[in-house]
Amino acid sequence: MDLLDWALLLGRVAVVFAGLLVTVMLLIWMERKVIADMQTRMGPMRAGPRGVLITLADGIKLFFKEGIVPAEADRPVYLIAPVIAMLPAFLAFAVIPFGTSVTLFGREVPFQLADPSIGILWVLAMASLGVYGIVLAGWSSGSNYPLLGAVRSSAQIISYEIGMSLALVAVLMYSGSLRLSEIVEAQARVWNVIPQFPAFVVYLIAGLAETNRPPFDLPEAESELVAGFHTEYSGIRFALFYLGEYVNTVTVASVAVTLFLGGWRGPAPDVLPWVWPLLWFLAKVLAVVYGYVWVRATLPRIRFDRLMAFGWKVLIPFGLVWVLLTGAIVVLPDVYGRGPVVAGAAVVFGALVLASVAAPLLRPRPAAEVGR
Amino acid sequence: MRGMLGEYLPIALLAGLALLFAVGSLAASALLRPSRPTPAKLAPYECGIEPVRLPAGERFSVRFYLVAMLFIIFDVEVIFLFPWAVAFRELGLFGLVEMAVFLALVLVAYVYVWRGGGLDWSAEGPRPRATHERAREVVRAG
Repeated sequence: MDLLDWALLLGRVAVVFAGLLVTVMLLIWMERKVIADMQTRMGPMRAGPRGVLITLADGIKLFFKEGIVPAEADRPVYLIAPVIAMLPAFLAFAVIPFGTSVTLFGREVPFQLADPSIGILWVLAMASLGVYGIVLAGWSSGSNYPLLGAVRSSAQIISYEIGMSLALVAVLMYSGSLRLSEIVEAQARVWNVIPQFPAFVVYLIAGLAETNRPPFDLPEAESELVAGFHTEYSGIRFALFYLGEYVNTVTVASVAVTLFLGGWRGPAPDVLPWVWPLLWFLAKVLAVVYGYVWVRATLPRIRFDRLMAFGWKVLIPFGLVWVLLTGAIVVLPDVYGRGPVVAGAAVVFGALVLASVAAPLLRPRPAAEVGR
Repeated sequence: MRGMLGEYLPIALLAGLALLFAVGSLAASALLRPSRPTPAKLAPYECGIEPVRLPAGERFSVRFYLVAMLFIIFDVEVIFLFPWAVAFRELGLFGLVEMAVFLALVLVAYVYVWRGGGLDWSAEGPRPRATHERAREVVRAG
């Protein structure tokens, strides 16, 4: 590696980092505007044209606010927790391919920071590390509500991580690789969202829970836990939590786009071939995030016991069955040929329909009804 | 730099940059912001009453521990699925059947936990009983 390589590498890292910051800034503005619109309000209007700089203004305000360390807090852990919560969010995005590549000064610059062979596992690992920030913040605050919020949050995140991993496994069976660039490559003909629609739905729901977004924002349920794990945080430390949370949202949406919606793929004219994939990727991420905002404006927060029940009793069994079904759909035609498998599936499906129709008829009628 | 570790160089640089940003903004803010602590300001948050810690400090519902243990079981199971999913086109029917057997075995444990109330969070309705109690009943009933 010579000097130019290093310069390009550093430039790439800086651009991704700054890009994430700007995306988060615009995303928070967009969320507030969209929600305001859905509630027939104006939303932020003052800072910048149509309030676009509101996040920047909030950030500057938080920067100059007094930072309080509660008397009972475990000081070193309390101070380091926001950093631990923020870092993995950025690192998870590093493996996302957000475009093809561009040639600068005779060198090819890929639009992806790193493409390790363990791609998806890296994303999952970073998502799990984010829990540490939340747990340490809640535990070290020396206060009741943050502690309760933190244990709730960790229980929620680890429960939905299983469902999310199962959805990812189903995609892997199609692509045969953990490398995110190869997963995008495998979607050249048809996007995974079509054959893997159930996995897509499982992933989106689990993604909402993983990022603590409504209707799964139990860790910050203000009606019962004040502000959850960050109740005792103020000023710039709170801003770091907030930043991490929104970078996580961007990452979850980007993974959804990469795994299910064809990544940066899309029809493009021949001029400036590197710019279109980038725009397609941004447009798709925006669409997914808009869906998340829409869900937030529509659904009320669900109760904690129902949240856990949904994760353990619905998502996990559904994910397991779907993984096995995907396996059967992919492997059986290779072994027995397409015709017999389709015929067999039709027979099984017909039997199921028949059974569901016949079962109520065969069941003995309740005594009260018989007597009538 | 084309080795295993070369792949992770950009990630390490990004980590460094993010860390620099976080620590830098924390330090800059610490220099610029006011600091006027008072005992009431530093007290743990409470709504109108004297702050009291939860009984004996850090104790919370045992269900959270249960969830953590179940998570270990199922997460390890899913981790086993990852290498299988990557290689399963080569493994063919044999791999599919073998994984079906593995998942069926896990499913037995899953059903056992569910029946034992391990997945119930709600305090309403029948109280969740310890799984071993349930098992003892089943054994006694023959």
